[in-house]
Amino acid sequence: MDRRVVLGLALASALCTPALGQDKSIVVASTTSTQDSGLFRHILPIFKARTGIDVKVIAQGTGQALDTGKRGDADVVFVHAKVQEERFVSDGWGMKRFAVMYNDFVLIGPKSDPAGIKGKDIETALKTIRDRQVPFISRGDRSGTHSAELALWKAAGIDIEKESSEKKLGAWYKAIGQGMGAALNTAGAAGAYVLADRGTWLSFKNRGDLDIVIEGDKRMFNQYGVILVNPAKHAHIKAALGRQFIDWLVSAEGQKAIADYKINGQQLFFPNATVLGA
Amino acid sequence: MRAAVTDLPLELVDASLIGRDVHIVTGLTLTLGGGAPTILLGPNGSGKSTLLRLAMGLARPTAGRIRWAGRAAPGERLAMVFQRPVMLRRSAAANVAYALRAHDDARVTELLDRVGLGALGDRPARRLSGGEQQRLALARALARDPEILFLDEPTASLDPAATKGVEDIVRNVAATGVKIVMATHDIGQARRLAGDIVFLARGRLVERADAAQFFNAPTTAEAAAFLRGDLVI
Amino acid sequence: MPDGASALELVFGGDPALYAIVALSLYVSLSAVVLAALVALPLGALLALTRFPGRTFVVVIINAFMGLPPVVVGLAVYLLLSRSGPLGSLGILFTPKAMIIAQALLVMPIIAALTRQTIEDLWAEYREELTALRVTPARRVATLIWDARFSLVTTLLAGFGRAAAEVGTVMIVGGNIDGFTRTMTTAIALETSKGDLPLAMGLGLVLIVLIVAVNALAWGARRVGEMRAG
Repeated sequence: MDRRVVLGLALASALCTPALGQDKSIVVASTTSTQDSGLFRHILPIFKARTGIDVKVIAQGTGQALDTGKRGDADVVFVHAKVQEERFVSDGWGMKRFAVMYNDFVLIGPKSDPAGIKGKDIETALKTIRDRQVPFISRGDRSGTHSAELALWKAAGIDIEKESSEKKLGAWYKAIGQGMGAALNTAGAAGAYVLADRGTWLSFKNRGDLDIVIEGDKRMFNQYGVILVNPAKHAHIKAALGRQFIDWLVSAEGQKAIADYKINGQQLFFPNATVLGA
Repeated sequence: MRAAVTDLPLELVDASLIGRDVHIVTGLTLTLGGGAPTILLGPNGSGKSTLLRLAMGLARPTAGRIRWAGRAAPGERLAMVFQRPVMLRRSAAANVAYALRAHDDARVTELLDRVGLGALGDRPARRLSGGEQQRLALARALARDPEILFLDEPTASLDPAATKGVEDIVRNVAATGVKIVMATHDIGQARRLAGDIVFLARGRLVERADAAQFFNAPTTAEAAAFLRGDLVI
Repeated sequence: MPDGASALELVFGGDPALYAIVALSLYVSLSAVVLAALVALPLGALLALTRFPGRTFVVVIINAFMGLPPVVVGLAVYLLLSRSGPLGSLGILFTPKAMIIAQALLVMPIIAALTRQTIEDLWAEYREELTALRVTPARRVATLIWDARFSLVTTLLAGFGRAAAEVGTVMIVGGNIDGFTRTMTTAIALETSKGDLPLAMGLGLVLIVLIVAVNALAWGARRVGEMRAG
């Protein structure tokens, strides 16, 4: 009899843990690149100190994050794929999109620059990579970075998706279906080029032989947006708390917190909530 | 308290059992009644164990029938001690308590004392010697307050001192009115304990008689050969 | 955890975030084993002791499910617990509760299959004695499980090992939320993807030490138990 009591207690205590801050908390679906950059570690404590709200961040690819929002498993989505975000809102899954901040993408590659593209503009560089069939790693995971990468290829006159579906794409282009850190690890190991967001690059520690090859091109601009998931679609969405988070992100204090986040003295994200059309 | 149902007389009528691992017995017909111990005697492989299992209700005959006081199913007051007792992974006292229908510490102590294990109640049962474990098995069987106690060669693996210990207990139990049905291939043991002898060979009941009659004047050739010390094949 | 800290510094420096992650890993995996055992121990024992049509099929399936891919279990539980899923109203996705449930499901087949084998072997030994004592089927199950307890501890350890080592299940249903659902394995995956390989390896060593420690404790408990009960 004693044994059963002990087991029962163990089970009961396992399932009845005190809910950590579940009274005042929200779930935010964001992207792996944002998490890997360490931004949330910096700004969320500030938000909590001001409002007492616990923000639980789930880091996924942009595609998966938006899907999580559609399923109602997150209260807020915070991603960087403007087109997909706007569709999210127009399809009724989100209330309104607010611009928050931007960073830029950089083209990373081996220091030896086998494609000889350093200093060129991004379109020329990509064309050269394709023509010379130099190894290139793609995230291939419907993420914001992946969308941006495909858009840049298109600007260079190359339709990667079409060529891939027609099986015309050579072995030089490898889509790994993983996050930014994994893509950088793979590029380093394979001596390949990869498009990365500056935030992840700055906090990436396994650089090996990699370095920035191209940066500053206006087309490599990476805009972040935040959206409250539509409470009409899922009754339990914590709309009030979610709105507080969004309001704070675009407020002066939130924007300053974002701007203050630096790695090795370098700012990663540039707040632009007030910029029209961002 | 429910009226205890008796299992005697225990009748086997033309019972046979055929199996792969089990000794074959054929056409067993005998009736066991109360009274002095009945010893099942015979060489190894003669079907003694099988007969015990049939009588205990552990095995069902493939032909013929068994009746316990006229009933087709055995009652509650049967107990059995096997050649190699299996002890539960707990203390000696706990093993005895396990067999009791209701929690009764006094009775556990009484039973342990009866088999001479009173001082070893707290010892892990598996750490007792062979003879001690066999006596513990007896205590456990007696906890069921049996009307009939079956024993399958209980001292076959024991030294003479331990054997005497077990035999003494069996005699005491018989004296309290419990019917003993015990299998052995040891003629000396049969002489010491028997009321009547059931002699088996090659799966058949060959001879049955009172002990005195059997040992002095066996009527069958196999029994005579066995008593002489010949191998009965 | 401070980025850029060396792994050793972290491990021996008493970092509270690390302790929290270790505590959560132990809590989730141990709870999962307890929960799984409550279902799988009796199930395994029943399978060992009963015969019914289709029994062989059930045994084969349970044995096969010992190799269930964790990520598949994670995905299945995620779909069940998602707000858009059948059990969404429970609201436990992305919490330790979901992780415990998912890992328990992952580990149930191992415990059930090994229990079945252990009990079957023990029943062969105990069968005549327990039948002679007219022990009821329910009591048989309890007696066999209790008498097999030392072997079953090994079985539970096998389950714990599987739970503590996996990442696919807890990553999907837990979400690897910083300070809430981040376990050793998901933290290792994260640090690897961030390129901080020394830290990831350091965490890996801590995890291994943890698993060894749990096994050593269980072994010690078993020895003490065996000496006391034979």
